[in-house]
Amino acid sequence: MIRAALLLFVSSALAQPHSGSEFTSAEIRRLQASDIENPGMLWIDRGAQLWRERCTGCHGDVSSMRGVAARYPKVANGKVVGLEEKIREKVSLDYESDELLGLTAYVAMQSRGMPVANEATEEQASAGRSAYYRRRGQMNLSCAHCHEANWGKHLGGETLSQGQGNGYPAYRLEWQKMGSLQRRLRACLFGVHAELPPFGSQTLLELELFLAKRASGLTVETPAVRR
Amino acid sequence: MKRGLLLACLLPAFAFAGNAERGRELALARIDGGCLLCHAIPGAERPAGNIGPSLAGIGSRRDERQLREQIRDASRFNPETVMPPYGRTDGLYSVAPRYRGKPLLSEQQIEDLAAFLATLR
Repeated sequence: MIRAALLLFVSSALAQPHSGSEFTSAEIRRLQASDIENPGMLWIDRGAQLWRERCTGCHGDVSSMRGVAARYPKVANGKVVGLEEKIREKVSLDYESDELLGLTAYVAMQSRGMPVANEATEEQASAGRSAYYRRRGQMNLSCAHCHEANWGKHLGGETLSQGQGNGYPAYRLEWQKMGSLQRRLRACLFGVHAELPPFGSQTLLELELFLAKRASGLTVETPAVRR
Repeated sequence: MKRGLLLACLLPAFAFAGNAERGRELALARIDGGCLLCHAIPGAERPAGNIGPSLAGIGSRRDERQLREQIRDASRFNPETVMPPYGRTDGLYSVAPRYRGKPLLSEQQIEDLAAFLATLR
């Protein structure tokens, strides 16, 4: 415990990844740990219903999805495809709709507790890596300025996390609902007064892919609960 | 008549002279510069961040001109700085359309902030 607290303050390069859970309150961690109290379960139930209606014909029981989310996003024909995009190839659902979030989270939950194990090569992740380290927006900040160089420090009353995506789609208290990692990335870009790439754009997906590589060592936590 | 002309000539200088009291309000405001997000500032009544150094005593370590330049574009002193360039609009990438060509703070606001910070001794 003391060691974990110390690690939070020895912040420089990402020697060791820390899940967003470690930066939330005990109350939020308790919510996430309980499948009865976790508010994300409302979306999971919706996803389970959709799975039965739309997916079982080809995929059978959802247990066939075990491990899938741990390996997404993937690269196909030179393009990054996220779990949401893969689902949308088969089922026409709007980004950030309760249906798409529910179904994505339900599939991702089948990998809960499994190590994030993205199989993309370093070269395939290089576009996302460049985007991650590039200063942008009116505030002229890269992702790394906060989430690599200063995690564990305080931004006003909040503690900066490493910006790990292993819990998404996640229920976020600020949103009062479940949301995707793409929405979370857009929220950071909005914060630094940068352009907001559209949902499903390669810019966001390349970042997602790099984040998945960077999250190596963490486990899938979907449906996580975040601030 | 003559006095009026003299006043008119002096106005621009007055307009940019920093007002420490206005600078104090700006520094401690919840949004505006957002100084408190990263810096502890004497007199603050909300939780301050610690990404940047505390500004207590900054007025004895930097003069008003240095403070102004640091706020305007901290990258002049440290290319790796995490501090946003509050008075620079060029050389930025992917700025949201509504903020393009606009600095985070006006020249007057930067003057006011520098005047306030210079009083922190």
